[in-house]
Order: sequence, then C-alpha cells, then structure tokens
Amino acid sequence: MNEYFLILISTVLVNNFVLVKFLGLCPFMGVSKKVDSAIGMGFATTFVMTLSAVLSYLINTYLLVPFGLEFLQTIGFILTIAAVVGFTEMAIHKTSPVLYQVLGIYIPLITTNCAVLGLALLNVTEQNNFFESALYGFGASIGFTLVLVLFSGIRERLEFADIPKPFQGAPIALITAGLMSIAFMGFGGLVK
Amino acid sequence: MLASAILIFIGLATTFGLLLGFAAIRYKVDGNPVIELINKELPQTQCGQCNYPGCKPYAEAVANGEAEVNQCIPGGTEVMIKISEITHREQLPMNAVEDEKPKAKIIALIDEDACIGCLHCIKACPVDAIVGSIKLMHTVITDECTGCDLCAPACPVDCIEMLPVKEDIQSWGWEEPKTKVTPTPVDIYLGGFNEMSPVK
Repeated sequence: MNEYFLILISTVLVNNFVLVKFLGLCPFMGVSKKVDSAIGMGFATTFVMTLSAVLSYLINTYLLVPFGLEFLQTIGFILTIAAVVGFTEMAIHKTSPVLYQVLGIYIPLITTNCAVLGLALLNVTEQNNFFESALYGFGASIGFTLVLVLFSGIRERLEFADIPKPFQGAPIALITAGLMSIAFMGFGGLVK
Repeated sequence: MLASAILIFIGLATTFGLLLGFAAIRYKVDGNPVIELINKELPQTQCGQCNYPGCKPYAEAVANGEAEVNQCIPGGTEVMIKISEITHREQLPMNAVEDEKPKAKIIALIDEDACIGCLHCIKACPVDAIVGSIKLMHTVITDECTGCDLCAPACPVDCIEMLPVKEDIQSWGWEEPKTKVTPTPVDIYLGGFNEMSPVK
C-alpha cells in the first residue's frame, strides 16, 4: 500500500512530467490561457494517459513480449494512444461541445503529447506491473493537470499585471514556467 | 517472427478500427451545438447591426470564428461577456459604432404628414414596433422600438428620423461616472465588474 502511495506522490510532485521531466510542454503552453479550458484539457489528458498506460501495458506484456517483438513497442504504443485519443475526441464532442470547441486542435494533439508515449515507455523501462502501470499513468496525468491548472491561474493573473513590453505574452509565460519548475525542485527530497 | 508481428498488428489495428467505428456511430453529433448556446444569449431582435442577416447567422459566424464577440449592439456589454464565456475568447470593448452614438436611448419617429403608407418600414422592423396599413399613415410604438435604425433606410420618402428619447420621470437615470475605473484582478475574479474598459 505504502509503495503505491509513494508512486502517486512521486509522479504528481517529485517527478512531475511537465516541470521535472519536461514532457508534454505543448499543451502546457498552449491550453493554459484560461483555467476552465486547462481543467478540461487536464481531464481529457488524465483519461487518455490512464487508459493508454493500461492498454499499452497489456499489449506489451501479452502480445509483444511473448513473441519477442519488443522492438515494435513504439509503433504499438502509438497505435494504442491514437485509438484512445480518437475515442476521447468523439466522446468530448458529444458530451461537451463547448469544451470541444475550446480545446480545438489540442485534442488530436494529445496523440503527439510526448508525456503519453513517454509514460508508456517508462512503464516498460521501470518494469511496473499492471496495477503500478495504471497508478503511474494516473499519477502522471494528475501531476500534469495540477501544474496546468496552477499555471493557467497564474497566467490569468498575469493578464492584468504591468509587464514590460518585451516580456508580454509568451516570454513571461516561459519565465513563469521556469520559476514553477524551480519551485517543484523543492519536492526533490520527498521520495527517493 | 515476421508473420506473428504482421498478424498481431493487423489484429490490433482491426480491433481499434472496429471500436472507433462503433464510437463514431454511438457519439454522432448533428450540427454544431455551440451555435444554439450562443443564439440563446442573443436578444433575437434580428436587427442586423452586427452585419449579419439575423441573430442565428451571427451566432454561426461567432461559433465558426468568423465574427468577433462584440458585434451585438442591442445586447451590449452583457451579451458580449456571455458570448466570450461560451466561446472562451477574449472579451473586447463594444464596437466603436456604439461609442459614437449618443448614450441616450434613441427611437424612430415617423413624420406622419409625409408618410405615404407604403408599408416598407413595417416590413423592415424586426420587433413589429410600427403600426399602420396600406395607404394609411404609419406610426411607431415607442415602447417597442429598439432604435435599431433599420426602418429609416427603407422609407422611400425619408420621413423617418432617429431621435433620442426625451428625459422624463420614466426614463431618467443617474449620470454615468465621468472617469472609467480600471478593474483589478479581484474585481474580475469575483465577476462583479461589468464595465468593459480596455484593460492593461
């Protein structure tokens, strides 16, 4: 039990995918202008990451490893991720058309979000079992959602700040992201 | 090994293909539901001041990203804020057109001596605020008129004027504050600040 709790803490705070491993920066910068859309994107990514972590674990363990096809992991995982994202896109379009419109191109882009593929590959490298893989995926995506929402909150406030002209827009956002990354380094000693 | 690789990937692709095909039927969406959401917020005066033929075409244009959120003049700032919330787009100050106009409410007035009873203005009025019959004098129901200025160009004898409503005990209100106050983030956060002045 303790071990699972550690996986969760480790993926959410200590080894945060965005701020510590620098994966998935595209939606982190792209969908963080408003808190609402950041929350929506966070949920969509959580769904995709957890499901694709589980599915790619199953495909790797029961299809690729028994036949000695580990070298095809990347293409197999990408296939899985693309299918899950395609499904998510349809589901969002049906259940929340507003969110669908707001997220726009960023939903299909979850496919190429390196955090999702990175997660599947890290699960293999770290030799996680089924439950650990699922938890690792869930924790990583919760970490992603957490920093995305925090960051979008900061960016909403920044809209009203008196920022020097050369720093307005993307530059101040990148500086903020860097400062957040430094802040997250503070969690470094929490879990080994 | 090659054969098993091919078989496994054919199997995977077929499974995912079937699942997605099923999902495509199960989660089919007709039209764009965002249009309806925006259309609900619009005042439905069909006045055409947004440069679209009516409220629904404007809602479609906003949903497709062709129009800005601040073109509905009868709706004013309130509707602009609602549309920008639905579409998650930037709030914009209302069009300059509105600023040039006098702040007081304006309504149409028909010069009844000059009216020839042609019915053109009645057809143009989006809110049915003009009464009259063929070859008989027309007049404006002042309570119904929204001041959209669509009837004036329709009149062949130019007998319609747009006039500000005279202040009386019914229409009087306190003056607008002279200086514009810049909203602080706290105001915006609490949503209590509706005065849209260019922020930054």
